[in-house]
Amino acid sequence: MSRGRGSQWLGALVAVVLAWIVVYPLFLVFVEGIHTPGGWTLEAVGRFVRERNEWGALWASCWISLASVALSALIGIPLAFLVARYHFPGRRVISGILALPAVLPPLVGVIAFLFLYGETGFAAHLFQYVFHLEEAPWRLQGPGAVLLVHAYSMYVYFYLFTRAGLQRLDPSLLEAAATLGAGRWRMLRRVVLPLLWPALGGAGLLTFLTSLASFSAPYIFGGGFRVMTTQIVSTRLNGDIPLAMVETFALTVVALLGLALLRHSSRNGDRSGGSKGVAPEPRRLRTGISRFLVPTAVWCLAVFLILPHLTLLLVSFVPRGTWTLEAVPPVYSVGNYFTLFQDPVRLRPMVTSLWMATAATVFAVATALVVAILVLRRRVRVAALLETLLEVPWAVPGTVFAIALATMFSVNAPLAGRVILVGTLVILPLAYFVRSLPITGRAILAGFRQLDPSLEEAAATLGASRWRTLRRVTLPLLRPAIAAGASLAFATAFGDFLTSVILYTYDTRPISLEILGSLRQSDVGVAAAYGVMLMLISGIVFALAGERAGGGVA
Amino acid sequence: MSAEPVAGGADFLVLRDLEKRFDDHRAVDQVSLGIRQGEIVALLGPSGSGKTTTLRLLAGFERPERGTLSVAGEDITNTPPVARRFGMVFQHYALFPHLDVGGNIAFGLESLGVTGSELIRRVATALELVELGGFERRRISQLSGGQQQRVALARALAPEPRVLLLDEPLSNLDPSLRERTRRELRALIQRVGTTTVLVTHEQEEAFDLADRVAVLNQGRLEQVGTPDELYAVPRTPFVARFVGRTNEMRATLVAVEGDRCRVRLAGVEWSLPTNAAVAPGPVQVLARPEALGMVAPGPDRLTGKVLARRFTGAQGFFTVALGDGTTIEVAADPWAVRVGDRVGLEPKDRGVHLFPHEPA
Repeated sequence: MSRGRGSQWLGALVAVVLAWIVVYPLFLVFVEGIHTPGGWTLEAVGRFVRERNEWGALWASCWISLASVALSALIGIPLAFLVARYHFPGRRVISGILALPAVLPPLVGVIAFLFLYGETGFAAHLFQYVFHLEEAPWRLQGPGAVLLVHAYSMYVYFYLFTRAGLQRLDPSLLEAAATLGAGRWRMLRRVVLPLLWPALGGAGLLTFLTSLASFSAPYIFGGGFRVMTTQIVSTRLNGDIPLAMVETFALTVVALLGLALLRHSSRNGDRSGGSKGVAPEPRRLRTGISRFLVPTAVWCLAVFLILPHLTLLLVSFVPRGTWTLEAVPPVYSVGNYFTLFQDPVRLRPMVTSLWMATAATVFAVATALVVAILVLRRRVRVAALLETLLEVPWAVPGTVFAIALATMFSVNAPLAGRVILVGTLVILPLAYFVRSLPITGRAILAGFRQLDPSLEEAAATLGASRWRTLRRVTLPLLRPAIAAGASLAFATAFGDFLTSVILYTYDTRPISLEILGSLRQSDVGVAAAYGVMLMLISGIVFALAGERAGGGVA
Repeated sequence: MSAEPVAGGADFLVLRDLEKRFDDHRAVDQVSLGIRQGEIVALLGPSGSGKTTTLRLLAGFERPERGTLSVAGEDITNTPPVARRFGMVFQHYALFPHLDVGGNIAFGLESLGVTGSELIRRVATALELVELGGFERRRISQLSGGQQQRVALARALAPEPRVLLLDEPLSNLDPSLRERTRRELRALIQRVGTTTVLVTHEQEEAFDLADRVAVLNQGRLEQVGTPDELYAVPRTPFVARFVGRTNEMRATLVAVEGDRCRVRLAGVEWSLPTNAAVAPGPVQVLARPEALGMVAPGPDRLTGKVLARRFTGAQGFFTVALGDGTTIEVAADPWAVRVGDRVGLEPKDRGVHLFPHEPA
């Protein structure tokens, strides 16, 4: 295709805008850590280095993340093997249920966990009732609780990546290994695991970064246990901005180190080879015991994994103050939902969340499309830079980004590229937009890459203008990718907590903060109802996206 | 649409000194070619010879660094693909998977502003042309490979393009289907009368489909001619090697005598028809298998031993090893000699070509 001058200029412009909104805020964080109105100083850095608490939080972030990776792998990998390799009743339902945490907002998972296993939760209630205890039998707090919640929601990465990897595995490779005399164990160790390594590495990295960036779990279950994300927010609340900046910078460094380490170890690249990916047929279980055991085990695990969300649903029907000592709530009504929709003050956060998430999604999709066209079709000179800029927010923890945006947009200095946006309606949608760029960009670029360029060339030889080609050929064919990118962006923004908690104002408070507020006022039922609405709307969006994706190309 | 080439043949489609570079590599290097209206021309060459790039220059997907392109006297060098009114059948067909067969064929007609009953009629006509009448509502994924190829052809032809471009049109079909499709494709293009340029790396395909064949090598045009001309009078060693089978022997040209010359090779002397390109000194002798006759061995004859026979029914191909170990392929009656026999080789006048020695 032609490399028009206009495309080059547009490419440069998009690169500058993305750099301004993605890289510049991070740079400002770095500067403000060592620069005060009084001049350049290493005072905050010095305090960070000397303070034992700071090192403690940094260390806690690291070990919690590594432990989360290990525990998630332990749950996710065997589950994927069982579901991918064996045939049993309800296999498709199970594989859907198991993937659920990937699309649910983390805060909802945390709250649901609280309702089930927390000290006033379902399990505790039941325990108390059965054994006639005065006090709650346990307190769900500290590093153990955080780790548990992490494993509970992050096993899904290992599960999904391993399952996808197994599906791409060429059965003829396994057959070849069998004809070469490899037994089951040797096959797993020498053939299957090495081939799965890129997938496992990817899952590990994603778990590590997610867990490093995790805020809601340590915020709600941490108690006195501080990790870097919660430490940053509390330092900032205490007004010690320079120290918060240094902490932010330290967390970024750890995240980037993790990223670099994995990039380095998977330098060998893709090992899937040139083989065709035909999913091996799941095996039917023959022997008596495993025929019974495998499905039972998988079903039990699946139920265990969705139990918190079921609890959330149940609690949302419990009116305020009706559940005290009974094992199960005695009264149920839809009153909480009425409150949600009838009380304007209650309804407002839902409307706010909806429009903010929609706006962020529209901009993220549009940006990703423009970048994809510039990179893959116009082949602009800044192509590599554009792709990197889209990816940056992925490597940087969300809290860091929120702090960075808060810093950048709280000063009015147009010449330095800074305006006051904090406290306005714009800041949260902007933050959601930036945060969803990597995932939306990835989905749309991947879809675009799979698009055969000769389809667009064919449209050109058939006399279709650029605009008509885009409208009639490119966009319809990209529909699955756009639907995927948009639904992921929407769900991330709609359920967002960790960015919102730093940037919200009373007028722009989203659902997640309203959930927290209701919990503080012990309005548990309403909090649960909000949580259910979050799940429901995210679920509807994903269902619609799935239909869009399926309806287009047969 | 006229099936008759313009008499007297002012060229309809003209490529003049086309040059296209990718980085420092010249993908197309000073290619000039004139194509008459209604003619079918094949661009033939190995991979990397620049044939696909030439086709993409014709389509307008690439812009040449130098040279011009014109059609019917109109300069289209800088005309974008949209405005060229050239139809193209892509190697993998590039049928729009989200549209049905009718939607694919209507696409180009809609660009011309055709609507309503006229559109429906012309889609139906295009489908009947490729013998897929009534296929309008089929999905692309429901079609066989051969049907997809025909839909792609119908889609390209429906807007009545000035030139039809075909990129490896048969490479995606089963070998068993290819030969029949070749004949049908040629008959169809001739019936419609569209000027056609096609790209292929298979000599047989080029010979079956095209009126004239342009052989490309490393971005340069080696020779253009009818299949007979290319086979009988290759102008370069590359063409001789690429078109048909050939044996290569080193020799020394001793003397030119009128339209014949004497060459010495492997200790014997042959008298061969000559051409202007060679002068006394080292030369290459390129001989077709059927241009060598097997005779009784003798002292003044090129002599070798029959190593193997490949039997194709009507003919036998014999591998003959010469004294210095080089092997020569000779076509003859399958039962002329037996493996192990010693035979003498004599050149015939047709099918032996002399070229100046190429430094290795």
